[in-house]
Amino acid sequence: GSVPEAIPNLAKRTRPLSLAGHVGFDSLPDQLVNKSISQGFCFNILCIGETGIGKSTLMDTLFNTNFENFESSHFEPQVKLRAQTYDLQESNVRLRLTVVNTVGFGDQMNKQESYQPVVDYIDKQFESYLQEELKIKRSLHNYHDSRVHACLYFISPSGHSLKSLDLVTMKKLDSKVNIIPVIAKADTISKSELHKFKIKIMSELVSNGVQIYQFPLDDETVAKVNTTMNGHLPFAVVGSTEEVCVGNKMVKARQYPWGVVQVENEHHCDFVKLREMLICVNMEDLREQTHTRHYELYRRCKLEEMGFKDTDPECKPVSLQQTYEAKRQEFLAELQKREDEMRQIFVQRVKEKEAELKEAERELQGRFEQLKRVHAEQKSTLEDKKRLLDEDQSSFNKRRAAAQLLQAQSLTVNGKKDKDRKK
Amino acid sequence: ISHGHGGSHSSSGGSTLLGYIGIDTIIEQMRKKTMKTGFDFNIMVVGPSGLGKSTLVNTLFKSQVSRKSAGWARDEKIPKTVEIKSVSHVIEEGGVKMKLTIVDTPGFGDQINNDNCWEPISKYINEQFEKFLKEEVNITRKKRIPDTRVHCCLYFIPPTGHCLRQLDVEFMRRLSHSVNIIPVIAKSDTMTIEERQEFKQRVRKELENNGIEFYPQKEFDDDMEDKSDNDKIRETMPFAVVGSDKEHQVNGKRVLGRKTAWGIIEVENPNHCEFAQLRDFLIRSHLQDLKEVTHNIHYETYRAKRLNDNGGLHPISSNDTQESNL
Repeated sequence: GSVPEAIPNLAKRTRPLSLAGHVGFDSLPDQLVNKSISQGFCFNILCIGETGIGKSTLMDTLFNTNFENFESSHFEPQVKLRAQTYDLQESNVRLRLTVVNTVGFGDQMNKQESYQPVVDYIDKQFESYLQEELKIKRSLHNYHDSRVHACLYFISPSGHSLKSLDLVTMKKLDSKVNIIPVIAKADTISKSELHKFKIKIMSELVSNGVQIYQFPLDDETVAKVNTTMNGHLPFAVVGSTEEVCVGNKMVKARQYPWGVVQVENEHHCDFVKLREMLICVNMEDLREQTHTRHYELYRRCKLEEMGFKDTDPECKPVSLQQTYEAKRQEFLAELQKREDEMRQIFVQRVKEKEAELKEAERELQGRFEQLKRVHAEQKSTLEDKKRLLDEDQSSFNKRRAAAQLLQAQSLTVNGKKDKDRKK
Repeated sequence: ISHGHGGSHSSSGGSTLLGYIGIDTIIEQMRKKTMKTGFDFNIMVVGPSGLGKSTLVNTLFKSQVSRKSAGWARDEKIPKTVEIKSVSHVIEEGGVKMKLTIVDTPGFGDQINNDNCWEPISKYINEQFEKFLKEEVNITRKKRIPDTRVHCCLYFIPPTGHCLRQLDVEFMRRLSHSVNIIPVIAKSDTMTIEERQEFKQRVRKELENNGIEFYPQKEFDDDMEDKSDNDKIRETMPFAVVGSDKEHQVNGKRVLGRKTAWGIIEVENPNHCEFAQLRDFLIRSHLQDLKEVTHNIHYETYRAKRLNDNGGLHPISSNDTQESNL
């Protein structure tokens, strides 16, 4: 047989062989798929659109379920993103679906920075994955992949053209995520207007160089349907979880006085096409493109930003290992320097504090000495006074004793005189 | 696992979906993609010459995949040191394309002094890990990194009937942590069924005593179901095989076998030898798992050691692919 083209770089050292019997490795895709089934799948959709445009309703309709929904106000000061994760199961397939909605998109007066939170969110998921990939001890096969696989951009059904906010936002996102533009609330546009609207939108996207997601054409089994679908972009959708009786069936629809718009009727809107393309035909391709194209681009830019290259200025291959080592040494040296600086500052502060304390101690000592002196002075003054007092007292005592003696003597003399007189 | 305001919403078993969406089509989408990309599988055969390694591999893949074609000159010189020779083929079955590489190790165990004869093999295995790692750390990466890592190493034990030789123990002990080793008892038609059972038991015991974990390793069993399936396989290993690429007539059917004076040994007859079990195990049920264990465990172990400063590995310059003592 001829060398199969599907597996490139094989032609050189391999030759095709024919098998003499059934070996059994045709079960390989099953083996691989079975492993994936037991691990479960991950799918993350980002919905960007103005408040009230119908993002949540469309998600509910797409997945036939009622996700927890919060009605947002129109007064958010900034665009935020709200992510919610759900575990769904269909037959033996478990899907971990994450729906990320913008909150407050298009509500602000100044919308110049409106796209930034969205870009930041997408980058953050890439960064998370990159961090895990760069770890030394990593577990990629267990990693919960939060990278955005599909971005539904909701276009207002004005019927005229794209808003500048739409163009700016999509341009910022087209190299980061698979963009699938949809025309929301399409039941407000007539069929002829819709046709013109779609053409206008696509030409505006092309003339502004916005790369939206193209349904892949390389697999013969789906190339035909994908080509047709590519021609219907952007899909004009209507969402509804309410059911209306049409004929003898209950169908998802919106009831108006003038008629019923059936969500799953292909003459009424492109909802079925969207579901078909997004889920039934291209979910795996969306995941693959996210990983092999958008993530790789992010990774390459990030690493180049950090100074890593594949070749040095002389175009000799540079190993990531070497650059990484060099950067690591640089970083460690920087760390060491800062540590030394901090230590110095610390030592300095300690010295200062010590000096302060010494000064305070000295001052205290000084005052103590002074007090002691004052105290001693007072004590000696008091002692002097006491001495004087003592002296006074003793001289007083002497005088008193002398006076008493005198008095006693005079008494005796007077007594003798009396005695003499009586004789 | 949720961010922001919303809580995580788990469905309670079964389906809470009110109608068919088409999520389960992802299986078919994935299958188609993998069939388009094709598969790589690299298998190494190790054992002294004359044990029928090439014949067995040819029988396994029903094709002349080993480097020795049918008309191999039996007096090809035994090399003085262990050589590593690999040859690749693309084979297709049921729309599935596989690039199969057989890595042969002529000279292993053939010398008088077989000290360190596992080193060139260890070196080769690590070189393939290194090649993959280099591609993986590039800034601009290939869409699909070519996978030359050894997914499986068939180790051929000579059917002595007694016990493992020191060489066998040494080799398996050293390599079981960097590659999936599947021991097989070659040319098992020299033993009776009882001798075979006893030999296998002794081999298993010796492997256990030496702390050698062959594939499927107990520690990597995913869940109870996996464990019970793998336990059964571990109890039967090492598979006692007979290889042949010649067909003979048995009961009106053409079967692969070896014709002897006392009868025809049918290779694919489970009563005669365990070739069919080995084939089913290796190819029909565990081929993908062999690749995954190689990628998720052996490769990650190598990578972690390599990127760790204290791994004691020699720093590699960008042009040099030499790799020694690991």
